[in-house]
Amino acid sequence: MTLLLIVLLPLVGSLVPIASARSGRTTCAWLTAILPAIALGIAAWYTPAVFGGQLPQVSLDWVPALGLDIAFRLDGLSLLFVYLVLGIGLLIILYARYYLSEKDSMSRFYAYLMLFMTAMLGIVTADNLLLMWFFWELTSLSSFLLIGYWSHLSEARKGARMALTVTGAGGLCLLAGILLMGHVVGSYSLTTVLEHRELIQQSSLYQPILLLFLLGAFTKSAQFPFQFWLPHAMAAPTPVSAYLHSATMVKAGVFLLARMYPVLSGTDEWFYIVTLTGLATLLYGAFFALIKQDLKGVLAFSTISHLGLITLLFGFNSKLAAVAGVFHIINHATFKASLFMAAGIVDHECGTRDIRKLNGLWRYMPYTTVLAAVASASMAGVPLLNGFLSKEMFLAQSLEAQMLGGLSWMIPALATLGSVLSVAYSLRFIHDVFFNGEPRDLPKTPHEPPRYMRLPIEILILLCIMVGILPGIMVEPILRAATAAVVPGQAPEIHLALWHGFNLPLMMSAIALSAGVLVYLLRNHIYRFHRQFRAVNARQSFEFSVQRVVRSAQWGLDRFENGSLQRYMFLLLLSAVIVAAFGLMDVPSMAGLKSLQPLDPVVVTGAGILCLAGLGTVMLHRRRLLSLLFLSVVGMFVSLTFARFSAPDLALTQLAVEVVTIILLMLALFFLPQKTPKESSGRRVSRDILLSMIFGGVIASLNYAVLTRPLQSISTYFIENSVPGGGGHNIVNVILVDFRGFDTLGEITVLGIAGIAIYKLLNRLRLFMPSSDMEGRPWSPDRYPVILSSVSQTLLPLALLVSVFIFLRGHNLPGGGFIAGLVAAVVIILVYMSRGVEWTQRRMSFNYQPIAVTGVAIAALTGLGSWVFNKPFLTSSFGHFDIPLIGDIELATAMMFDLGVYLTVVGSTLMILANLGKVTTPHRPSKEKQ
Amino acid sequence: MEALYATVTGILTACGIYLTLRGRTFPVVVGLTLLSYAVNLFLFSMGGITTGHTTIVDSGQPYADPLPQALVLTAIVIGFAMTAFVVILAMRTRGDLGSDSVDGQRTDEPREERK
Repeated sequence: MTLLLIVLLPLVGSLVPIASARSGRTTCAWLTAILPAIALGIAAWYTPAVFGGQLPQVSLDWVPALGLDIAFRLDGLSLLFVYLVLGIGLLIILYARYYLSEKDSMSRFYAYLMLFMTAMLGIVTADNLLLMWFFWELTSLSSFLLIGYWSHLSEARKGARMALTVTGAGGLCLLAGILLMGHVVGSYSLTTVLEHRELIQQSSLYQPILLLFLLGAFTKSAQFPFQFWLPHAMAAPTPVSAYLHSATMVKAGVFLLARMYPVLSGTDEWFYIVTLTGLATLLYGAFFALIKQDLKGVLAFSTISHLGLITLLFGFNSKLAAVAGVFHIINHATFKASLFMAAGIVDHECGTRDIRKLNGLWRYMPYTTVLAAVASASMAGVPLLNGFLSKEMFLAQSLEAQMLGGLSWMIPALATLGSVLSVAYSLRFIHDVFFNGEPRDLPKTPHEPPRYMRLPIEILILLCIMVGILPGIMVEPILRAATAAVVPGQAPEIHLALWHGFNLPLMMSAIALSAGVLVYLLRNHIYRFHRQFRAVNARQSFEFSVQRVVRSAQWGLDRFENGSLQRYMFLLLLSAVIVAAFGLMDVPSMAGLKSLQPLDPVVVTGAGILCLAGLGTVMLHRRRLLSLLFLSVVGMFVSLTFARFSAPDLALTQLAVEVVTIILLMLALFFLPQKTPKESSGRRVSRDILLSMIFGGVIASLNYAVLTRPLQSISTYFIENSVPGGGGHNIVNVILVDFRGFDTLGEITVLGIAGIAIYKLLNRLRLFMPSSDMEGRPWSPDRYPVILSSVSQTLLPLALLVSVFIFLRGHNLPGGGFIAGLVAAVVIILVYMSRGVEWTQRRMSFNYQPIAVTGVAIAALTGLGSWVFNKPFLTSSFGHFDIPLIGDIELATAMMFDLGVYLTVVGSTLMILANLGKVTTPHRPSKEKQ
Repeated sequence: MEALYATVTGILTACGIYLTLRGRTFPVVVGLTLLSYAVNLFLFSMGGITTGHTTIVDSGQPYADPLPQALVLTAIVIGFAMTAFVVILAMRTRGDLGSDSVDGQRTDEPREERK
C-alpha cells in the first residue's frame, strides 16, 4: 500500500502550491517540495528490496469488467525512473523558484509541475497497461499546460498545441496497441503481458501491435519524423524544458521501448524499424543542433539526437545494447537537465538566447561557465564523465550489429559520425557562448545568478563526475536492477569501468573527439552549405495542415448539418426505413404459419374509422383545430382497440391521456397560428408522401410478419410469480410496480423532469395573443359556462373518489397509479376550465411541483427501504391484514411505490396544464373588462 | 384480423411520418402524437392480438401477454410528457423568435445572417 503513495503524494502535492500561494514565494517552493521529497524517501526505502530482486506490487480493483485495475509495481526500471523523475523534479522546483519572475504565478506553475510529475510517476510504476495509458495521456495534457504556461505568448500557445496534437495522437495509437495486446493476451496486467512474449510474437496481430506501440513511443520521444514538436516546445519556461526534455516527457517514449522490450523486441521488424528510426533521428538532430542559433534550440536538437541514440540502442536486439540504452537514459537526464538549467541562467541573466549575441560570458559568470563546460563535455563523451561511458558502450554495440548484412559496417560508421557532430555542437555550446570574443548588444549586463539557482546544476554535475569516475559504485546496482526488468532471462554481465584497454570503440571515441573539433572549426562552411536550403518552418506547415483539416471537417459537417430539421428528419427516417427494409428482405415470406383470426364487423368498422381519422388529421393539417379534432378521434379509437384486444389497463390509460393531451394541444394552439401556410414545394410534398408510404408499408409488413408467427413470450414467469412474488393479481400492475419497478421509477422521474422543464419554459414567456379565432370572429365574452362549472364542481369529489378506488384496486384489477393519477388530474383540470384559474387557485392553493417531487421521492424511498432489510433495491413485500368493516386487505410495499407513481402523475400533469392555463388567463377577454 | 391490424398500424405510421416532416411546429407535434399511437399499437401487438383474454390472475380466462401491456402503459404516459414538452417548446420558440418554423428561424431575418 505504501507503494501507492509514490504516485499519490505528488498528486496531493499539486494542491499544495495552490493552497500556499499567499504564503510567499520561498515558502510556497519549500512546501511544494515536501511531498515529492517524502515520495523519494519511500522509493529509497523500497530500494534494498528491489535490488534484492523483489517486486513490490499493489493492486486495487477499479473497473474490473474492463480489466482496468489501479495496479502499481516497482521493478528496477520503475525505480530508476522514479529516482529520475522525483530527484530532478525536486531540483527543478528549487531552480524554478529563482527562475520565475515576480509577474509569473508561481503556484500555478508548481501545480502544473506536480500534476505532470504525478503523471510521469504513474507511467513508470503502472502495472496495468490501461492505467499506464491513462497516465500517458495525463503527461500529454499536463505538458500542454506547462509548455503553454506563458499563455500570453502566441509561440507558447502554438508550441503547446503542437506538442499536444502530436503526443496525443501518438497516445491514441498506443491505446489501440494496448487494446490489441490485451485482446491477444487476455489481460491488461503488465505482469501477465510480460510473461507472454511467445504468444504476442506469434500472433497475427504482432505487426499492428508493434507499429502502434512504436508510434506511441516515437511521437512522445520526438523520433524522426515526429521530431518537429520538440523544438517548438522550447517556448516553455526553461525549468519546464529542463524537466520535460531531460528526465521525463520525452523519456516516456524510450521508457515504453524499455518496458515493452521483453515482449516486443527480438524480431526483424523491431530491429529495422527501431534501428533505422533511431539512426535517422540521431543524425538529423545532431546536424540541426550544430546549425541552430538559439541556445535552447541547440539543446532541443541535441535532445532529439540523444533520444535517437537511445532508440537505436534498443533497436539492436542485443542485451548489452539494451543495458547501454538504460545507462544512457540516466546519463542524458543528468547532463541535459544541467545544460538546460545553465542555458536558463544565461537567458535569465543576459535577456537573450541568441548565440550570435552571446559571446565571452566567462568573464561575467565564470562559475556557470565551468558547470556548463563540464556538462557539455559529458554530452560530447569526454573521458572521466558519465557521457563517455555510455557512448563507449554505444559505439561498441554498434560494431556488433550484423542485421544489415554486407552493409553492417555503415552502422558503426554512422554512429561515429553522430558522435562527431555531438562533439561539435557541445563544443559550440561552450565556445560560442562563454568564450569567442565579447558579447554584442545584450539587453542586460550579465552577472552570476543567485546562489541557489546554481545549486541544482552543481548537484547534477557532481553526479556526472562521480558516475564518470566511479561507475561501479555509483550506478551499477541500479543499472543491474533496471536491466533485470528490461532484459528477460539471464542478465548480461555488466562491467562498468573507465578503462577497457585499447580497443576499437576507444579508437572511435578518439576519432569522434578530434573530428568533432575539426568540424567545429569548419562550422562556417556548414552554415554556408545550409543556407542554400529554403528554411522550413515546422510550425507554419503544422498550423497550415491543422487549419486545412479543420476547414475540410467544417465543410463535411456543413453538408450534413445545414440547420434544417426537416432535412435531418428526412435523413434519419430514410436510414431507419432502409435498415428495417433490409431486415425484412431476409425473411423468406411475409406471412407466417400461424392461423389467422376471423374478422368481425365491429372491428372492421372501428379500423375504418381509425384509418379515416388518421388520414383526416393529415389532410386537414393546415386547419389546425380540425386536425386536432380528428386526432382526438384517432386517440379514442386506439383506446377502444386496446379494450377490444384484452388490455383494459391500456384502454383506461390511453383514454385518460387522450383527454389530457387534447386539452393541452388546444391550449397550446391558442398561442400558435391557427393555420399552417402552404410553403412546401410540390416536389418536397411528393417526396415526403413517398417516404411515409414506404415507411408505413415496411411497418405494416413487419407487424404482419410478427403477428402471423408463433409467439414465444417470457411472460410465463410474470404470470406464475405475480401472486406469490408480487402479491397482486393484476399482472400488468405488478410488472409496473414490482418486477420492472426500476423502469417505472425512471419513467416517473422523466415525467417529473418534463413537468419542471415545462414550468421553466413557460416562465416569462412572451406571447402572441390572437384576439379572434381563425375566421376573424372575436372570442366569446361568456367567461365561464354555468352548466359546466356546476357539473364539474359536483363531479370533483366523485371523480376523486373514483380515482382513489382505481388506485386501491389497481394491484388486483385493472387500474393502478398511472390511471388513477390521470383520472384525478383530468377532473381537476375540468374544474380549472369551468371556473377559471383564479377561482380554482383561491380554493386549491398549493403548488404542484412539490407533489411531483414528493411522488418521485416516495417511490425512490420505497425502493431504498428494501436496503434496510438487506434486500436488493426495490424488493417488495406484502401481507394480508384484516381491517374491521372493510375486511381482508392486502397491503404491499408496492402500494407505496404506486402511491409515488400516482402523486408524480397528478403533480406533473397539473404542473403542465395548470401553468399553461395560467398563462392564458390574463389575456382572456371577459365581460367585466368590456 | 392480423392483416387489418397491421394495415391500420401502417397507415397511422405513414400519417405520423408525413406530418413530422412538415416545416411548422404544430403539425410536427400532431405528427409525433400520431406516430406514438402507431408505435404503441405496434408494440402492443408484439404480444399477439387476443380476444377475451385477461391479465388478471385466477379469473378463469386464458392469459394475454402482460409484458407488452406494461411496457406500452408507461410508453403512453411518457409519450404524453414528451408531447407536452415539445408543444411548450414550440410555444416558447414562437414567443422568442416570432416564428413557428421548425428550424427556429426568425421571420424577419434570413438564416445566412445568423453566422
